[in-house]
Amino acid sequence: MAITITKENFKNVVLDSKEPVLVDFWAAWCRPCQMLGPIVDSLSTEVEGLAKVVKINVDEQPELANEFRIMSIPTVLVFKNGKVANQAIGVRSKDELRKLLGV
Amino acid sequence: MYDTIIIGKGPAGISAAIYLKRSNKHVLVIGKDNGSLYDGVMIDNYYGFPGGITGTELIERGVKQATEFGIEVLKEEVIAIDKLDHFTVTTNKNTYNAKTVLLATGKPRTTLRIKGFQQYKGKGISFCVTCDGFFFRGKRLALIGFNDFMLHELKDMEFLTDKITVFTNGNPLTVPVEGYPVIEDKITEITGDGEIAKGIQTENGHYEVDGIFIALGSPGAVDFATRIGALVEGTNLVVNDDFQTNIEGLFAAGDTVGGVLQVAKAAADGMHAAIALKKLLKK
Repeated sequence: MAITITKENFKNVVLDSKEPVLVDFWAAWCRPCQMLGPIVDSLSTEVEGLAKVVKINVDEQPELANEFRIMSIPTVLVFKNGKVANQAIGVRSKDELRKLLGV
Repeated sequence: MYDTIIIGKGPAGISAAIYLKRSNKHVLVIGKDNGSLYDGVMIDNYYGFPGGITGTELIERGVKQATEFGIEVLKEEVIAIDKLDHFTVTTNKNTYNAKTVLLATGKPRTTLRIKGFQQYKGKGISFCVTCDGFFFRGKRLALIGFNDFMLHELKDMEFLTDKITVFTNGNPLTVPVEGYPVIEDKITEITGDGEIAKGIQTENGHYEVDGIFIALGSPGAVDFATRIGALVEGTNLVVNDDFQTNIEGLFAAGDTVGGVLQVAKAAADGMHAAIALKKLLKK
């Protein structure tokens, strides 16, 4: 399962990570997010040890959604060395997400 | 409740309808126009038509064949589909319920080729009010469109804000819009700060907005399907060997799923999808 991120653990888990991190911005009411959720969870198991896969609920974490100017969900951001290295909007396949992570 | 609603009355849709109907399934076909098989197209490589056949005649024959089997074929425009425990299909005239849906609308033909459009997609430009509206509550919004599809999105948008401007991009308005300004100029550019969209430039003026929603022309299969979470690659819906998308009960066939854009392939897709649908409906 992908880890849930809040503004309290964001720096520690995402920005300071040595491995690339894929962040899924989602909300419970968003239909496409509901389809992407299981794909992201499955990816998190697949890339364990190589990369991190995490989720941010935009309803619960509006500051983080705002900071990264999220305007459409699901949005996926890939962080490498604390910076956004890749992004995608909408439901994507596991292979495509893995390519974004580059692992 | 229909067993299957088929959206699109081309070779994929009608072939599927015939196979399903002959297995006693309750099917409805909804098709708006002939898509890429319009009158000027001559099909001369399809089995059984020496000398060729026009796109229009091929479609008409297909529809006639379907109606002779007792299949309902409605000429309506689908503007939304939704799935809860079953599917609901909303057209410009009515709402229909079904256990499964087959998308066979052909290739989408409406995109906005203007400066800034690609750059600000997902960064202030959105295609789905119910998905992204949340980020624009109380903001100044532009809605680009001119017909029933636009009006459907406008109704969803009214819950978010009253600061809405409709832009028809040079198309004549085909539905009444009350209470909101309508700009009928052609749009020349989506302007922004390099990161997010900030405005709309038309032939005659510039309008500052916080968000831009697109509901232009006729929504295609990809438009319906992405709103409920279907997987898309490029302009194609992604399906498995049974022509089912990643959403259970939602199938797609023909040009909508890519591959060679040929009548023979579309008809075969429709047949395969029908066989898989029959299996699923038996469960």
